[in-house]
Amino acid sequence: MPNLDAAFSALADPTRRAILARLALGEATVMELVEPFEMTQPAISRHLKVLEGAGLIVRRVEGTKRPCRLAPTAVAEIDQWLGMLRRALETNYDRLDGVLAAMKPEK
Amino acid sequence: MSKLTLKTEGDRYIVVTRRFVAPPEAVYRAHTEPELLQKWLLGPKGRTMPVCLSEPQPGGKIRFEWTDGKGRGFYQTGEYLALEPFSRIVHVGRMHLPDPTPDNHVETRFAPDGSGTVMTMRMTLPDAETRAAMLATGMERGMEDSYARLDRMS
Repeated sequence: MPNLDAAFSALADPTRRAILARLALGEATVMELVEPFEMTQPAISRHLKVLEGAGLIVRRVEGTKRPCRLAPTAVAEIDQWLGMLRRALETNYDRLDGVLAAMKPEK
Repeated sequence: MSKLTLKTEGDRYIVVTRRFVAPPEAVYRAHTEPELLQKWLLGPKGRTMPVCLSEPQPGGKIRFEWTDGKGRGFYQTGEYLALEPFSRIVHVGRMHLPDPTPDNHVETRFAPDGSGTVMTMRMTLPDAETRAAMLATGMERGMEDSYARLDRMS
């Protein structure tokens, strides 16, 4: 699970929850977030760093700007992938049980 | 406890455990001998492994080629890094989908458990891009399985 502890502690802060709510409406740059939150750019940047570190947002580079957007599917996507891996392994090992049972007479 | 357990370890690893009724020697052989691997390392129903290369020695090559019998398939290449018969295998592998995925580092241990074996496999958690690529392949197969079941019902 990616940074669950980090995600929960990031979500404990009301400003960071508000930033996530804003990003749910779409991508935003730091400057676009400074305005509605009436905070300084370094303060917003610090919050974004925490959210990014927790895997809750992703940032891309666009010239000198680094727009942020939500990464809300990260946890669900990993669960889905692990589910697929589990099903594939279960199928394989159930089959291996049969192979092992058939090996016994050789010994 | 023959049920499979699957846990993540930090952000980077997956640890899988499974108990088998057979002793470590048999489970180890089934993990390294091509003619045995071809019988079980297949994934979803309907897939076969016509090409299976396994050279269980340090630096030895691994190549598994799977097909669904309808002209679709993918393959995995890899190398063995370390082997301790019949208790431990370390290898790296990569899927070709067809672009190669980043190396998956896998350590598989076989510990005696009564007359059986407890296997513990520790593997690398692939990055998001790799997961998406694997999911695309796996889901396609999963849907084919569902369709096949539907066919049988109708």
